[in-house]
Amino acid sequence: MKISVQEADFDVGAELAALRAGDARVGAVASFVGLVRDVNEGSGVSEMTLEHYPGMTEKALAAIVGDARTRWDIYDALIIHRVGRLLPCDQIVLVAVSSAHRGEAFAACEFIMDYLKTRAPFWKREATPAGTRWVDARDSDDSAAARWQEAND
Amino acid sequence: MSIQVLYFASLKEALGLSGETVEPPAGVTTVGALRDWLAGRGRDRLTSARNLRCAVNQEMVGLDAAVKAGDEVAFFPPVTGG
Repeated sequence: MKISVQEADFDVGAELAALRAGDARVGAVASFVGLVRDVNEGSGVSEMTLEHYPGMTEKALAAIVGDARTRWDIYDALIIHRVGRLLPCDQIVLVAVSSAHRGEAFAACEFIMDYLKTRAPFWKREATPAGTRWVDARDSDDSAAARWQEAND
Repeated sequence: MSIQVLYFASLKEALGLSGETVEPPAGVTTVGALRDWLAGRGRDRLTSARNLRCAVNQEMVGLDAAVKAGDEVAFFPPVTGG
């Protein structure tokens, strides 16, 4: 399991290759890449700054992967999340999961992203023509995470 | 008892402070009581903030969670990563 919180960009191809390198059990790798958009809540966004809680962030991400492992039969998982200053089109986050079959990989990847959105201590601040503003949490992110709890009941 | 308090994002900005070491009275035994005590000492943004989130020793908890000497307690707005 690789968990990395970093300022540097990442190479998705190289990361996915490393995730499954030499593991012939792997029949599926599912991945998600989150990107900086140039518009949010109706305003243009010229740049974004991501803050986090060092120490807790890495623990929270590892706990989310641990939770995914108890729910699905996956072989390995990877989370890379960038912090600091980012520009539109930049990559923010990569989540990837390897498993024998696609169902587990797709589900675990989506679950990890949904939980990351609501449980990992990152905060986005964006620059708009009207000045900088902290991004508000979305109710839709809470409901996306909540449906996994219902699914488990 | 000494508690390390941390603030993040919009809360850090509003308070003009990323953290502080505090010595609350013995009656402060929960995160909620710590928040109220801090608010009474000028950190009133802690009680007015919408949807305040908190963590004790880097685990997300509710306001009813226990705090004790030596803990690291963080207050922050809802998270917006990903």
